Amino acid sequence: MLHTVNKSPLQTNDLASCLGHLGTDGRLLMIEDGVYGALSGTEATRQLAGPAGEGRVYVLGPDLEARGVDAGTVADGVQVVDYAGFVQLVVDHGPHQAWV
Amino acid sequence: MSDEFEDDFSGEIKRFMFVNRKAPHGTIYALESLEVVLISAAFDQDVSLAFLDDGVFQLRKGQNANVLEMKNFAPTYRALEGYDIEKLYVERESLEARGMTADDLVVPVEVVDRARMAELMADQDVVMSF
Repeated sequence: MLHTVNKSPLQTNDLASCLGHLGTDGRLLMIEDGVYGALSGTEATRQLAGPAGEGRVYVLGPDLEARGVDAGTVADGVQVVDYAGFVQLVVDHGPHQAWV
Repeated sequence: MSDEFEDDFSGEIKRFMFVNRKAPHGTIYALESLEVVLISAAFDQDVSLAFLDDGVFQLRKGQNANVLEMKNFAPTYRALEGYDIEKLYVERESLEARGMTADDLVVPVEVVDRARMAELMADQDVVMSF
């Protein structure tokens, strides 16, 4: 299953709740304000380090760029995707749940 | 009529603080706050801006909202000085929780701790929250 989070991890509990439901095979894509979850050296990135290390965490590149977060500086294991990559994740790992 | 209006506005200068707590592009709050701040400059009041919680992301360097086909308003914070709006306070704890320092911001600011921020808020005549 593919999960998306679109809120900042410092503003709501959505990311933490999503991670609690990710299971052993779920994928997480952070979009919109959710991309702040990929900022390295924060509490959020400690929370998602496990699944990120297994290659199951993604972040949307254009939303990073809009917010001044360099794609080269995101937390270890987090993979940056573009819009086509977003679509591919839905195709490969659907159904999709949005944690809004 | 207009003279009367002018007289009403010639009173004492009040202390206005605009409190910014939201990230810049996921909602309209940050841009709306900036618009009101720029309008307030026309009234010659004592204006200050506070950035805390996710509001500190509004001042982050390197933003380019054009990739989302949205207004890229971060450079406008650098223009505030030209409107005599020079009191920008950023909460230290909020920066630290986001792995940021004052060097990551587009404008020079005064970094204050949470206790000092609370004092600054309590010292205002009017606080507007975004």
